[in-house]
Amino acid sequence: MNRLPVTEKLAVNKYELDEGHPHIAVNEEVCRAKCKNLACLYVCPANVYSEQNGRIMADWAGCLECGTCLVACPSDALQWVYPRGGFGVIYRSG
Amino acid sequence: MAEDVFDAIIVGAGVAGSSAAYRLAKAGLQVVLIERGPFPGSKNLSGGVLYGRVLHDLIPNFWESAPVERVITNQVVSFLTADSSVNLDFKTETFNQPPYNGFTVLRARFDRWLAEQAEAAGAMLVPGIKVDGVVKRDGKVVGISADNEEMLAKVVIAADGANSFIAQQAGLRDKIPTGHAAVGVKEVIGLPREVIEERFHLNGNEGTAYNIVGFATRGVPGGGFLYTNQESLSVGLVIHLEAMVERQLKPAEIFEDFLVHPMIAPLIKGGKLLEYGAHLVPEGGLKMMPPLAADGLLLVGDAAGFGVNNGFVVRGMDLAIGSAVAAAETIIEAQAADDFSAARLQSYPSRLEKSFVMQDMRTYARAVDFMKNERLFEAYPALLSNILADIYRQEAQPKKNLVPTLLKNLKASKISLLDLLKDALAGGRAL
Repeated sequence: MNRLPVTEKLAVNKYELDEGHPHIAVNEEVCRAKCKNLACLYVCPANVYSEQNGRIMADWAGCLECGTCLVACPSDALQWVYPRGGFGVIYRSG
Repeated sequence: MAEDVFDAIIVGAGVAGSSAAYRLAKAGLQVVLIERGPFPGSKNLSGGVLYGRVLHDLIPNFWESAPVERVITNQVVSFLTADSSVNLDFKTETFNQPPYNGFTVLRARFDRWLAEQAEAAGAMLVPGIKVDGVVKRDGKVVGISADNEEMLAKVVIAADGANSFIAQQAGLRDKIPTGHAAVGVKEVIGLPREVIEERFHLNGNEGTAYNIVGFATRGVPGGGFLYTNQESLSVGLVIHLEAMVERQLKPAEIFEDFLVHPMIAPLIKGGKLLEYGAHLVPEGGLKMMPPLAADGLLLVGDAAGFGVNNGFVVRGMDLAIGSAVAAAETIIEAQAADDFSAARLQSYPSRLEKSFVMQDMRTYARAVDFMKNERLFEAYPALLSNILADIYRQEAQPKKNLVPTLLKNLKASKISLLDLLKDALAGGRAL
């Protein structure tokens, strides 16, 4: 079970996916203009953020709702709210 | 038609929110407890042990009906290097007597139970609703809004956790600065009960709590934990955010290295991953504490930043419950006096000052900075492990007594005698 990739760990979790209602939005203009460290790319325990063709993408469906990215983002480029009531990760152990 | 006004609305059905709801409902107040998850506990995760005395005061003998996992009778502190571990292993039967010192709990189950107690006491539980913010009139909080609807109350309690968007929206605090936050990552790993009891030398429902300092976090301030549940282990790391950002480390990668460490790997061997979670941990202590009361609003638990980590124990839930009880008693008094003004609600912080909650926050105020001392995470675990290696290693070479062995290793460690003395003194005062 060791060296399990994050995607496989997330696959074990239970989620109620709120299709069509992303709870994370990246303001890429702010990223390009202000961001010095791209903290979101490495602080997220669920690896939600990735850089694709120079763009910051948020794969929000796997989000664990900890809020670390929001705290770590140095340029306030993230619009990050909790998913709508009843949606998102559902911890069965916690 | 007059609007319905509840006595209190509580945002968040974690241990703080449900404890406050329970206390208020018991006193006959009309309480609404709102939870954004589909059930209480579904958004909650803990890296701590439930030190239950304060809950026993609120709900006597709660362990008889609550879904607690194991009674913590063994507390271990481990100092880790890349290839060694030094453990201080304490076990006592005295912790196995009611009212018990501490329990492991799985929050999805435990918090659900606690919210049910609040409901049974008369609180109205509303799950699956995300509160968007507080409603203010004339600068005073008079209720909350959710899905474009308003719900009014004489007072609102923000029990919405470390991020507390409620406290932020109400203007009591900003988001946590990176220097005052840590990220917790955790796996719950399933193992048969007999394997756990054999592996950790446990009789029946006894349990072990490990707090792990050093290589666990690759030298970054923070620490690891490993707790035994009935049929699973809770294993995780708490890593300070600022140092992690500076060194561009990924928590998931540090965690994987931790899980294959020669001390940890055999403890979790053969286990099945049941869940992977993460949670923000407020670590700023008194330095980041926002105003705890405003006109019509009180902050409790993680939303207020209550937490203690002194290396030996990680506490959050007992302080959350303690703060919730203080908030509830403040409101009961305000209700009796029919006065919910800011001045009246200021008795909440003064109540906390008199309780163990704020007194412990003060006692361990210096632990916050002490636990960021980098020597604690690399130099000292290495020094301890090297001294013990010298003591135990037998190579058909002449040995030296303890004092020269200690001095040789101290010299090799490059820790100055002055730093050692300073740290010993600071640690003695901070922890």
